[in-house]
Amino acid sequence: MGWAFDNLPLIGSLAIDHLRQSLIAIVCGFVISLPLGWAAWRYGRARAILLTITGLLYTIPSLALLLILPVLAGFPATSEVNLVIALTIYAVAIMVRAVTDGLDSVDPAVRQSATAVGYSDRHRFWAVDLPLAGPVIVAGLRVAAVSTISLATVGILVGVSNLGYLFTNGLQRRILDEVFAGLVVVALIALVIDALLVGAKRALLPWDRAPKPRRARRVSAA
Amino acid sequence: MHSTRFLRAGAVLTAALAATALAGCSSSDPLAAPEEEESSSSGAIVVGSQAYYSNETIAEIYAQALENAGFEVEKQFNIGQRDAYMPQLESGEITLFPEYTGNLLQYFDDATTARSADDVYAELQDALPDGLAALDQASASDQDSYTVTSAFAEEHDLASITDLADITDPLTLGGPPELAERPYGPDGLSSVYGIDVEFSATGDTTVEDLLAGTIDVANVFTADPRIQTDDLVVLDDPESLILASNVVPIVDADRADELAPVIDAVSEKLTPESLVALNVESQVDEKSPVDIAEAWLAANGISD
Amino acid sequence: MNLVTDAIAWLTSGEQWSGDRALHLLMLQHLWLTLLAVVVASAIALPAGWLIGHTGRGREIAVAISGAARAIPSFGLLILLVLLFGVLHKPEAALVTFVILAIPSLLAGAYSGLEAIDRATIDAARAVGMSEWQIFLRVELPLGLPLLVGGVRSASLQVVATVTIAAYVNLGGLGLPIITGLALRRYDMILGAALIVALVALILDALLGLAQRRAAPRGLRADTSTSPQSGREPAALSRS
Repeated sequence: MGWAFDNLPLIGSLAIDHLRQSLIAIVCGFVISLPLGWAAWRYGRARAILLTITGLLYTIPSLALLLILPVLAGFPATSEVNLVIALTIYAVAIMVRAVTDGLDSVDPAVRQSATAVGYSDRHRFWAVDLPLAGPVIVAGLRVAAVSTISLATVGILVGVSNLGYLFTNGLQRRILDEVFAGLVVVALIALVIDALLVGAKRALLPWDRAPKPRRARRVSAA
Repeated sequence: MHSTRFLRAGAVLTAALAATALAGCSSSDPLAAPEEEESSSSGAIVVGSQAYYSNETIAEIYAQALENAGFEVEKQFNIGQRDAYMPQLESGEITLFPEYTGNLLQYFDDATTARSADDVYAELQDALPDGLAALDQASASDQDSYTVTSAFAEEHDLASITDLADITDPLTLGGPPELAERPYGPDGLSSVYGIDVEFSATGDTTVEDLLAGTIDVANVFTADPRIQTDDLVVLDDPESLILASNVVPIVDADRADELAPVIDAVSEKLTPESLVALNVESQVDEKSPVDIAEAWLAANGISD
Repeated sequence: MNLVTDAIAWLTSGEQWSGDRALHLLMLQHLWLTLLAVVVASAIALPAGWLIGHTGRGREIAVAISGAARAIPSFGLLILLVLLFGVLHKPEAALVTFVILAIPSLLAGAYSGLEAIDRATIDAARAVGMSEWQIFLRVELPLGLPLLVGGVRSASLQVVATVTIAAYVNLGGLGLPIITGLALRRYDMILGAALIVALVALILDALLGLAQRRAAPRGLRADTSTSPQSGREPAALSRS
């Protein structure tokens, strides 16, 4: 790991760029997927279309999207905006389904009780539906977050500087330590963000804290 | 009520996340990729580089030399191949780029007959579009080549590309994927030397593949230190399929006069041995381009 | 829509379907690598997942390992392994990379399939006198099949999309026109290849989706298509 210690500033600055690109995409993806997922859940007809489109988006290879987007939208491929938009699209593709599934998983009986007690539709959505859908949505958010941080590395192939540089540069110069350092840092960042999300979930959705044991520990079969 | 606590906490969390993202934005490294609106009219010089470690080192040298001379510099490295960065160079988004005379000339005029370093440089200056200018070329060159291992050369008695025609077994050529479309690639081999080869897009593992025997001939750049260290043989090119390709700074024509004094001083000192040494420091000594550039500028008396 | 017409022109030109780098050959290479990766990953992940689902133990470790595996960028892992194994073993390096990519979804499919089974059914089977093996083979496996196939589906899609990077280290596949097009900025190649990958992925997804619906034992078919997964694993995808 000698190389890593000698090049900490480089790794650090690349990590900051990487974090910035990923976090913006994750937040934007989350914010966009909430209304989309809600629409898919609420309007049966929209559901099929929305889920199909997001599924379709997901099948586009990342490199191709990174190259086609600039042509469609007019900014240079090498700009960070390009990468962030592409990452956001993939994040939305993952999270829309999670939002829809989460809202699906809310027990209709609970919703009915809320209405019976006097909640208006809107109040009920924010106070009952969304929180109860929370665990599934957060699970989707975690997957999307880790996936985005990992996918961002491909940006280097179109000239967007982030931790992916350590891979291509390390390959060109045959410096194994450099590639390894890149892998470790990306994975670390992903795991830290994941842990933060778990923490946030525990704080915001305390009722879902411990997974109840799904089965009683089996008494040994006779 | 729990619901309001949830809402408030949720709002705080989202705000925190957004704030982090925005804070990340504002504290971003000023030397990182600039926003696309940046142009030379703001005064900053944008130095670009190819996704090639050697080119990046040269670009880093330019950047530091300019910074030392008092210019404001932004770096946009590792963009990719010519087809990728040329539009930005031509539009002025990038101000300065280290290039290679022969390859660049063929990019603009693939029917050119210039072959020697001076001819190529002269024709390049004419071939460049109006907004671009070429500063003095360096004596250092880093051009394409057809290279084989010394064992292969001995086995088939090879000294030049023409000798490849004597080999009866099918030959595989390795190199970057775009080589398949370049005039000096397999098509050129076929039309100029009458040699047909299979092409394998070995990319960044080209030298390894050559050494491992998965390819017979490789397109290795002449400043690659591994030609010496791994005992490779660069085949002669009697028909001049490959143009001379010296390092040349391509610059936004409006700023050519401003930058010439600084960059010409760099080009003067960039000799062939010098370039190979830079590459050795990068590949073998594993130093970062920033350190290599700093040391080189100091050693050559340009950092001031 | 110039881009799209260019891409379609490129796709339909005879050149792309002949010679060494013909599209159908690349497609076969691509699918072969995907298949191999999913099969090898299944051999590792399915038994592990079933064990976890059946005994109820080891879930936390599985989730942790899956999380770690997802956090590793495939692009970087591929490059690292190529450097480590050497160029003569690039296919092995690629295989390991894609196997690691596929494991999390397969593992989750296996154990969540078993976990979703009503305890009462298992208890009944035990009460009737079935051995652990019989319970697994005759009750848990069939009932867990839909979620398992869902996991296979998810894993396959991720791998198919990610195999495009194998072209960066010259392993062929449909990523080759994308990587070459990247260097040359030939949008017809890039979009053309992307369209084919997307098409292949969609067909794969449709086939596996069909399999997933068919996988539910007849008596339960009315139920399974709408059962939401409650909270543990999202029915979502991830990629690197």
